[in-house]
Amino acid sequence: MHPTEPRLQLLHITKRYPSVVANDDVSLSVMPGEIHAILGENGAGKSTLMKIIYGAVKADAGEMLWNGQQVAIANPAQARKLGIGMVFQHFSLFETLTVVENIALVLDEPFDLAALALRVKEVSERYGLPLDPHRLVHSLSVGERQRVEIVRCLLQDPKLLILDEPTSVLTPQAVQKLFETLRRLAAEGVAILYISHKLHEIQSLCDSATIMRGGKVTGEAIPREETPATLARLMIGRELPVCEAPPYHGLVRPVLQVERLSLTSDDPFGTELKEVSLTVNAGEIVGIAGISGNGQAELLAALSGEATVDRETIWLDGEAVGHLDAGRRRDRGLVFVPEERLGRGAVPALSLARNALLTGHRQGMKHWGLVAFDKAQAFAEQCIARFDVRCGGPGAAARSLSGGNLQKFIVGREIMLAPKLMIVAQPTWGVDVGAAAFLRQTLLDLSRSGVAILVISEELEELFEISDRIAVLAAGRLSATQPRAQADAESVGLQMSGLFNEAETSNAPA
Amino acid sequence: MHLLEPRAQPSQLMRWTAPLIAIAATLLVGSLLFWALGKSPLESFHVFFVEPLTSGYGWSELLIKACPLILIAQGLAIGFKARIYNIGAEGQLIMGALFGGGIGIFYGDSGSAWVLPAMVVAGALGGALWGAIPALLKTRFNAEETLTTLMLTYIATFILSYLMHGAWRDPEGMNFPQSVMFADAALFGLLAEGFRINSSLWIVIFAVLAFWLFNARSFLAYRLEVGGQAPAAARYAGFPAKQTVWFSLVVSGMTAGLAGVGEIAGPVGQLNLNISPGYGFAAIIVAYLGRLHALGIVLAGTLMALIYLGGEAAQLSLQMPAAITGIFQGMLLFFLLGADAFIDNRLRRRAR
Repeated sequence: MHPTEPRLQLLHITKRYPSVVANDDVSLSVMPGEIHAILGENGAGKSTLMKIIYGAVKADAGEMLWNGQQVAIANPAQARKLGIGMVFQHFSLFETLTVVENIALVLDEPFDLAALALRVKEVSERYGLPLDPHRLVHSLSVGERQRVEIVRCLLQDPKLLILDEPTSVLTPQAVQKLFETLRRLAAEGVAILYISHKLHEIQSLCDSATIMRGGKVTGEAIPREETPATLARLMIGRELPVCEAPPYHGLVRPVLQVERLSLTSDDPFGTELKEVSLTVNAGEIVGIAGISGNGQAELLAALSGEATVDRETIWLDGEAVGHLDAGRRRDRGLVFVPEERLGRGAVPALSLARNALLTGHRQGMKHWGLVAFDKAQAFAEQCIARFDVRCGGPGAAARSLSGGNLQKFIVGREIMLAPKLMIVAQPTWGVDVGAAAFLRQTLLDLSRSGVAILVISEELEELFEISDRIAVLAAGRLSATQPRAQADAESVGLQMSGLFNEAETSNAPA
Repeated sequence: MHLLEPRAQPSQLMRWTAPLIAIAATLLVGSLLFWALGKSPLESFHVFFVEPLTSGYGWSELLIKACPLILIAQGLAIGFKARIYNIGAEGQLIMGALFGGGIGIFYGDSGSAWVLPAMVVAGALGGALWGAIPALLKTRFNAEETLTTLMLTYIATFILSYLMHGAWRDPEGMNFPQSVMFADAALFGLLAEGFRINSSLWIVIFAVLAFWLFNARSFLAYRLEVGGQAPAAARYAGFPAKQTVWFSLVVSGMTAGLAGVGEIAGPVGQLNLNISPGYGFAAIIVAYLGRLHALGIVLAGTLMALIYLGGEAAQLSLQMPAAITGIFQGMLLFFLLGADAFIDNRLRRRAR
């Protein structure tokens, strides 16, 4: 039968939350065998829409047609029964269980573990997603974990597969593998909804795209016939901003030096750092690429002082500081933006003014042990204005902010502390495209004023945009840095999977 | 199927209304209890909550009972905000009483003016020492302070009992386990003739103001709060976690120790086995009922003192069992925790 009827059709879907309309009259349709992109920034309403399709959220208005029949999906179990599978951005796997045990956990029907293991093996090989069903999940790489999630969906024989930002944790090579699998599935007639904000991916993979902004559909497009600029205009309403890296004319001197730092993780599933050496000079940005779980958390904790290490492994502006805690290192000019914003970079229930105090108290906000709350308030107000933090003012609780706005606040707060050395993890994670460009430009300007900046990110594009030198952290080892001009995405991607030889790791400080 | 799901934005207004809801629910269930015991609820409430306050003597008694509760709860609240759960204030109170009482027993007869100040300082030190042991165990061996503080309470009780049956027993006390009655130099002066309320009240008033200022304005209190609410954020900012543990436990031990001296150098007037009718435990309820706020604790402590007084009155006038005080305290805590659970969470009906 030739498919003439859409697999899924959404008509005038509307979903209101108390403070925001997440989806406003959204309509779209996907044909069997079509790879359809949902393109939009953070907060555009993509995730809400997908949750409505998957039955996790109920729409206030609108209709949903499944193979031409009107349906109301009450919960994810019903969605799975219809043949809708979803691969979430954040995995929900138990690390202490095996692959097949994890898969068995979500099956809606009774199963036999041995038979299921055979099926997992068979399905995973058929789609080019090799998996050993008996391996424990904690020993899998992030890419392999994603395979578990995908195979879990495929076992249910889906007619529609939803993927939410699936490539944000993958190396460029793993992305290509994933795309092959998705194309094969589409060829078999599976409809695919692919959520992303990465324009080049959508152009290479998707047949059609629905573009959303502020909860509304702003356009439909055939991605291959568009340019990144036209797609960006639909997505953010203006041209894609570009960062400029002016040259640095000041004195080049090492501000951060890491010398043969080795560290065993407290976390049983953590990564050991192996003889990491690195230098960051005043006036430059050094980027560390790599997929989370390869020692990033351990390296950041050791650099920030949240974990203390041997005195002479970390040097800050010529002083050995490995043994000092985070507060003492901050006294010496270090600032840090952690990956977790809520609960680490900010206290969720406290106001922004009080969160300004968290690291800003060194800026004359206390006298004789008492807090000058007016100064904290003024600091927060300034940060909100300068970094365009959308919030209810300095009295708003940190947890009431969207992830991107809180990120802007934390990055802004740390920049306003006038550091010598800034360490930033995922600087623009969850921030919309316009604000991300602003933050990157601010980091570039800050570095050119003589600050040494170390950026650890999973976003290769971002690192290539702002870094002067790039290194790769894989399996707890750090590669030698290479100037951005000499680095290319392909080789960095290969290194991200751990394929660099010993000679390339920099054991001697530069 | 019902389950609780966390609220994104727990209401601050409700957080302060919760104690009132808990009090109302306690009164409601309390009247059911009276009714079931065959007493008229109205009359019982009159005996329990009104009669104690109909005389000046009653008000003086109310203050006497409220003072230790308020003092201990101020110290406990500091730790509770930092999520350091000292539930052994009773033991710290006893150790404070022992340290202060020792001076009272052996130097009280000297009549010197420094006896009472020395007792106050020694009491604070004794309580602080008993709080410092769990702090050491926690920072050194990661021992849970909820267990160690509670267990040390029993040790303090036995030390008290050992001394009362032995070395510190009044030789002319007909073998009762109690010390000599303290000389005047070892007692707080009475504020008015005919009432038991004494000058230790000034210590409590000073403490309330000091804790209020500390909570509202000090950077250390901010650090404690961050450490309690988001330990990772405290580590991120470089606030030393061990210091939080030491400070919380030593300060709360100190206030409990001071309360102990207030008892033995006040209404009790000697060391014996009944220094405290569970003030150290009731103060936990007071701290939460007062929302860990210095002034809230004053109100909550006064209410708890009234429950103590009312419980005594109910035993005398209504022939109620002594357990009635504990029942009212328990109900109050239960309803407060219940109300808090619904402020932080909401009931969700799972879609099926």
